[in-house]
Amino acid sequence: MLRTRIAFLSRVTALVRKFSNTGYDSELRNAHDELEEDGCSGAMWGSSAGFGNLCKGLPRFNLPTVPDPAAFLRLHTDDRADPSCRIKIQHGTTTLAFRFRGGVIVAVDSRATAGSYIASGTVRKVIEINKFLLGTMAGGAADCQYWETYLGMQCRLYELRNRERISVAAASKYLANLVYSYKGMGLSMGTMICGWDKTGPAVYYVDNDGTRLKGDLFSVGSGSTFAYGVLDQGYHWDLTDSEAQELGRRSIYAAGHRDAFSGNTINLYHIKEDGWKFIGNYDVTKMHYDGPGDIPGATGGGYGYDVRTSSSTVVVP
Amino acid sequence: MQRQFNPYTENGGTILAIAGADFAVIAGDTRQTEGFNIQTRYAPKVFRLTDKAVLAVNGFAADGNMFVKKVKQRLEWYRHAHAKDMPLRAIARLIQTMLYAQRFFPYYVYNILGGIEDDGSGAVYSFDPVGSYERETCRAAGAAQQLVQPFLDNQIYFKNQVPPPGVAGGHPTHLPLDRVLSIVTDSFTSATERHIEVGDGLELYVVLAKGRSPQGLEGLRAAHVREVTGHTDGERVFVINQELKKD
Repeated sequence: MLRTRIAFLSRVTALVRKFSNTGYDSELRNAHDELEEDGCSGAMWGSSAGFGNLCKGLPRFNLPTVPDPAAFLRLHTDDRADPSCRIKIQHGTTTLAFRFRGGVIVAVDSRATAGSYIASGTVRKVIEINKFLLGTMAGGAADCQYWETYLGMQCRLYELRNRERISVAAASKYLANLVYSYKGMGLSMGTMICGWDKTGPAVYYVDNDGTRLKGDLFSVGSGSTFAYGVLDQGYHWDLTDSEAQELGRRSIYAAGHRDAFSGNTINLYHIKEDGWKFIGNYDVTKMHYDGPGDIPGATGGGYGYDVRTSSSTVVVP
Repeated sequence: MQRQFNPYTENGGTILAIAGADFAVIAGDTRQTEGFNIQTRYAPKVFRLTDKAVLAVNGFAADGNMFVKKVKQRLEWYRHAHAKDMPLRAIARLIQTMLYAQRFFPYYVYNILGGIEDDGSGAVYSFDPVGSYERETCRAAGAAQQLVQPFLDNQIYFKNQVPPPGVAGGHPTHLPLDRVLSIVTDSFTSATERHIEVGDGLELYVVLAKGRSPQGLEGLRAAHVREVTGHTDGERVFVINQELKKD
């Protein structure tokens, strides 16, 4: 079969084939679908119940048999264009990551919204790809979770084949190439691939258009503008570890406070030479009134409440 | 206006699952609607997958039934290959990949998986239609999600509640079975009162960890409780059927 030969090329061909609905290709496709259904689509990686590896090559996806599958998907899932659409895919929201002398700080909120409903306040938007790599989640929750888990598998295979860890550059490029091959089909992800490799701390921004940027500081999501405001005024390369952690926390708090689609809790990670470490989970409301408590980097007191109430100047809620 | 391919409909109903320390409760109402019509008063939405896993599906009933059928098939293959039941966390990942395989032609289904983890703890996993998932203590989905989830947040997670003074340790992290069962029943009777797509019957599965006594179930009338455990000396599964208002 085609796709068993050159995996990448054949999948592109497969996509083209999926879009055509006339000629022998569609006949072949129908026969193919008949056989495989989605009972063993390659998207279902992992154990095929011990019946050998039934799923070969890269993931393949079932498509609706319509002239424009992407338009079909948009019609039913795009809740921004049409709030009454049936399938509301969860959307993630404020994430940030920055590089500094002491490593990489990754901070995210935990709110997932479906339309204006808060579908969850306990989402884990940092995806632990492996001991040295973290990915962040903004956009479609499933897209980020699935593809970054998949990236984790590919990174492990790279390690086994090359007897060394994959670089952050290579890992992020793998993801960028992958989402690029699905361009225009409706994937939605804005992610930062963060880690520590031979070159030191690294942060790459990757999104569903196929954009891939190397940088020191990124924030992604609807609350990113608010996070950038705090982040930019407090950032410099020589931050101490605790100052950097406090800056990450404070920036996500700002986004949680001003952006309706962000909030609930903050998850904070710090990546150093020996891998990432989870620093903590902080309630945004608690940050407003009480602050993070007596921990390194915190200046004491709430981020919002004291500032607004103890001053003799005009109080702005 | 152009005609478009629309293979979806919404069949109403609500599902809910709560995890305890060593048990899980997974429930759903049994009404199936299309628009303002009640199609049937008994269409199960909650299914036993294994002795330690129960799946609740909500959204488009045809997609839901087909999805459950395919999950059960994969679990049977696993059983034949490995001579054991798939662990709960593995079923959760399986469901993710099965949902994501339909990323460009999604199942219109909200899934909640409940059961017992390998370490004996009760667990609930909730999914969106394309497979993003999360382990939680409780979750409601479906038509009355907006009515039920805030109630659960308050009663299970004790959100916006201040612990009474003098109580050591504050709020409990897990509630006993009898308390959970009464919260579930109340959730559904209340949702039935205020949502037109919820009612008729309540089907409730209780999964007990290996070796746990059925303490907490005896308060219910025996006629309503049915044991559906597959193998003895493992986890135990019970079904409880109750009536809900039919108007």
